[in-house]
Amino acid sequence: MKKVYSRPKSLKKVPMHYCPGCGHSIIHRLIAELLDEMSLRETAICVPPAGCAVLAYNYLDIDMVEAPHGRATAVATGIKRVRPDNMVFSYQGDGDLAAIGTAETLHTANRGELISVIFVNNAIYGMTGGQMAPTTLAGQITTTSPSGRNTKTEGPPIRVCELLSTLENTTYLERVAVNSPANIKKTKKAIKKAFQHQQKKTGFSLVEILSSCPTNWKMDPLKSCRWIDEIMVKEFPLGVIKEVKC
Amino acid sequence: MNKQLMYGTYAIGEAAIQAGCTCYFGYPITPQNELPEYMSRRLLEVPGGVFIQAESELAAINMVLGASVAGARVMTSSSSPGISLKQEGISFLAGSELPAVIVNIVRGGPGLGNIAPAQSDYFQATRGGGHGDYKTIVLAPASVQEMADLTFLAFDLSDQYRMPALILGDGMLGQIMEPVVIPARKKKKLPEKDYILTGARGRPARLVKSLILDTRQMEDHNWKLVRKFQRVKQNETRWESFLLEDAEMVVIAYGTAARIAKGSINRLKKEDPDIKIGMIRPITLSPFPEKIIRETAGKVSDFFVFEMSTGQMVEDVKLSLEGRGTVHFYGRPGGVSPTPAEVARIMARHYPQSKSTGKK
Ligand SMILES: Cc1ncc(C[n+]2csc(CCOP(=O)(O)OP(=O)(O)O)c2C)c(N)n1
Ligand code: SF4
Repeated sequence: MKKVYSRPKSLKKVPMHYCPGCGHSIIHRLIAELLDEMSLRETAICVPPAGCAVLAYNYLDIDMVEAPHGRATAVATGIKRVRPDNMVFSYQGDGDLAAIGTAETLHTANRGELISVIFVNNAIYGMTGGQMAPTTLAGQITTTSPSGRNTKTEGPPIRVCELLSTLENTTYLERVAVNSPANIKKTKKAIKKAFQHQQKKTGFSLVEILSSCPTNWKMDPLKSCRWIDEIMVKEFPLGVIKEVKC
Repeated sequence: MNKQLMYGTYAIGEAAIQAGCTCYFGYPITPQNELPEYMSRRLLEVPGGVFIQAESELAAINMVLGASVAGARVMTSSSSPGISLKQEGISFLAGSELPAVIVNIVRGGPGLGNIAPAQSDYFQATRGGGHGDYKTIVLAPASVQEMADLTFLAFDLSDQYRMPALILGDGMLGQIMEPVVIPARKKKKLPEKDYILTGARGRPARLVKSLILDTRQMEDHNWKLVRKFQRVKQNETRWESFLLEDAEMVVIAYGTAARIAKGSINRLKKEDPDIKIGMIRPITLSPFPEKIIRETAGKVSDFFVFEMSTGQMVEDVKLSLEGRGTVHFYGRPGGVSPTPAEVARIMARHYPQSKSTGKK
């Protein structure tokens, strides 16, 4: 019988701690598949965030160093400058990347550091229990926006890819989602492209992935997937936001 | 290298380069800007040299963490407010057992304070500084030559014990020019860096972190750090003794304050050759040279602590003495550098009366 599905070598043989229906586990798997397929396992260095993916090192079988909340791209900068031949990527949530770490994100992108950022946008703070994130939608109820996000006082959600696209040294910015088999395929392609941009040293690359957090959205996994399609993509349109040919 | 006239900040920079530092990350702040400026020029000449003017001290210290975990010898520098911002990163370095050299050219505080030389960051430096149970190595130079010598030492100790090493200077030491010889690096036998991230080629993947969710394991890690620091204390405590043999009163001061105090002692001796004041100058503030201070208390009962702060190291002196002797304190905080004459006047006032020769 033909084998059509197996565990990627770069993915450790342990059950994941993520909630049922959480996008993080899908994204981990896609990264692991690409590390195998692109033969990157032996050169990859990952900087996971403080966030639900803080334990990514339990799953990805590659070199890893933990960064303080929000500082992953600064840590990745230090690594990449010392080891330019390694595949260096950070994995960050929206609170990590677009709130506490905004300055690092912006300036790492502006310097055109030759790293790739896997940006998981679930419109909420997962790890700390569902507080408002910089990407929380207008009117969305969270544990710290009990009457819904008020864009007049709390600002509208930040579109990270669009924001970074104005910077000259960003060369690949794409927004994707992991809420359907078709979208998951596109996400894998996008991450692959980001890694390729890094290999070809074109500039800073980032893939923003709309990802569900059923637990804190207080929806079942299926409804969460639908919510991404029906609500979230209206605020965060999918597609390539910027690409400089490599 | 021949003897040459150099600024203190440049001496640190050149010594770092000679010590094999290939990476510098920092953010401008007075009175230490000459150091990043120097590094930006010199690292261009070093193969693989990396200099980044970061967007903040937060970013800088985390770039340091990245370069360190990638295996480089790396340095950052700042002055008081900037060092406060670096504390989370320093705590992560300590928790993850990563080496790094951090220079604080201290200025008057709190808050924005001023840009004059001060010693007000002693507590922050010697008590870890950031969150959690940890300590760092803290070296206190008192001359431009020592700025260079202790930079070499900081890199070696930091690599040997896998912990951050701080150099605690001040605006005076940073900006004076003195003759200095920057020696070539004497390569010490240091443990192999078997923890660094290079990509998992031909070996299992490596993980560097400070997150330890299991409380028992976290406790073990805390005690491990303590044991490590005890080894540092045993092997690396350094101080300078000055006229200690027959002293009737012992001055304890470090850095710029020690230079001023030395001037004061010499002045008093000139006025009255029978006056017997000695000095202990801690070179490592952490670990603190408590043993020599305690031992001295067997022979001397009066201690005079002089600091350019409201009194921080004086607490360590009292802890070292464990109730022995009398501790006198004189402090000038806020960026004020008193003259040797002023400090001499106060010293004379505290000199034990019974021992006073009565001469004027
Ligand atoms: C300095 C600091 N502040 C706050 C925290 C607490 N904290 C940990 S993760 C997190 C936010 C997590 O949200 P996000 O980045 O969106 O990732 P997610 O968990 O949703 O994947 C916060 C606030 C911390 N670890 N460090
Ligand atoms: S809280 Fe949300 S982001 Fe975190 S693991 Fe659960 S579903 Fe995933």
